[in-house]
Amino acid sequence: MSSVLYDVPGPKARRTSLIGSVIGVVLIAALLAWAIMTLAQQGIFQAQRWAIFGQADVWTLIFNGISATLSAAAIAAVIAFPLGLLLCLMRISDVAWIRIPTRIVLEFLRGMPVVLMMLFVLLVFATSSFIAVVAGLVLYNAAIFAEIIRAGIQSLPRGQREAGLAIGLTSFQSRLTIELPQAVRRMLPSLVAQLVVLLKDTSLGYIVAYGELLRAVQVMADFLGPQFLFPVFFVAAAIYIAINLAVSRLAIWIERHGSKKAAGGVAKAPTAGVSTIVK
Amino acid sequence: MDVIIESLPQYWDGFLRTLFLAAVSGIIALVVGTLLAAARVSPVAALRGFSMAYVEVVRNTPLTIAFFFAAVVLPRLGVTFQQFEIAAIIALSAYTSAFIAEAVRSGVNSVPVGQAEAARSIGMQFGQVLSLIILPQALRTVIPPMINILIALVKNSSVAGAFYVLELFGYGKQLANDHGDAVMWVLVGVAFFYLLITVPLGYLAHQVERKVAIAR
Repeated sequence: MSSVLYDVPGPKARRTSLIGSVIGVVLIAALLAWAIMTLAQQGIFQAQRWAIFGQADVWTLIFNGISATLSAAAIAAVIAFPLGLLLCLMRISDVAWIRIPTRIVLEFLRGMPVVLMMLFVLLVFATSSFIAVVAGLVLYNAAIFAEIIRAGIQSLPRGQREAGLAIGLTSFQSRLTIELPQAVRRMLPSLVAQLVVLLKDTSLGYIVAYGELLRAVQVMADFLGPQFLFPVFFVAAAIYIAINLAVSRLAIWIERHGSKKAAGGVAKAPTAGVSTIVK
Repeated sequence: MDVIIESLPQYWDGFLRTLFLAAVSGIIALVVGTLLAAARVSPVAALRGFSMAYVEVVRNTPLTIAFFFAAVVLPRLGVTFQQFEIAAIIALSAYTSAFIAEAVRSGVNSVPVGQAEAARSIGMQFGQVLSLIILPQALRTVIPPMINILIALVKNSSVAGAFYVLELFGYGKQLANDHGDAVMWVLVGVAFFYLLITVPLGYLAHQVERKVAIAR
């Protein structure tokens, strides 16, 4: 792989970078060893602290947490996507009194913390915390989906729309039958990457007392005793990260094996994963 | 609506604390993120691997988990904080630095290889290539995503409010408790103060993007 910054290294540069690698590995290993030593001093590695994972109850609680996390995320995604499509169509409408209010609403939804929306729904509508979590996720992610799809439509070659209009489709028909399907295919990597953000934001449910994975950890630590907080937290966090990594990989896989049905191919997944990055 | 005017002092204090959290974490994240990006593009394999592992893991970790770790798990491990702000700054800057690193790296990679090759072929040193050819081009593509990361940081700082830090969201929760009859207006007020930061920043990102856009 050639880099922008340096040439393919020669023998001398290879030796230097090998020495650098060795020093780097030693430094990182020392850092890890220090962290493990510190943890060991706290008695983290005592077998009895990890023995709780031999109990079925502990796993039942963890899996309840995971299923609460995943079900909130899945329901929110299923509602947010069609809503995002609708908001996108309204945002690019030819009619000013549809377009402009939609734009203001989208700016508003994108500019607010998700957890604030969850708290708002929870307190103002006095709903269950599950509905508050789903509503917060739907409102925010529908706005982001709308902006992603809009970016997809704008990135299509102009001829797509022109051809649609030329064969007598109305503006709306062209959007719906020609541009939108291509835009969704084109932005599939970004849409899947946004799912990771949605999944991560489910953990905000902890703050509005929804019984997701992190809440399950807290409950278990309260129940079993504080000395078990770290082991339970460690396992739960590892599961969470593994799920997210799998979905991220999926986005990258789709990007590589992109559909040929979209004019201009498949767009890159946003590298920074920050949901607001929509050009 | 009276409750908003009544609570202006709290709002203002929370607003300043939110700005403070975001500014301090932002600066730390910029420095750490740039170092991580430098490690990621360096010729030393070990540094590349470390940086990649860090970015991949942190990017896929929910911020709430990072906060939980800093504010709840770390004190159990013997690391106690005088103020929870410090735990919040650690969580926010550790989280944000991974995104900064990705943005900087993609900026450097967006410069065509030919640019550096041409510079080297006319005899420029590494430092000259970097400072005169690569960085000026990389920065133009990087600034808009950077601003977007900072916007996300401001919004993310709200999680601190749930972990004992009295910033905008923290005050919002407290005020909502105190004014059970006007919860809606209390939270609308909080939203307004967040929008006061995020909307202008978003507009700035958009403007910068249009201004520095280069046809490649």
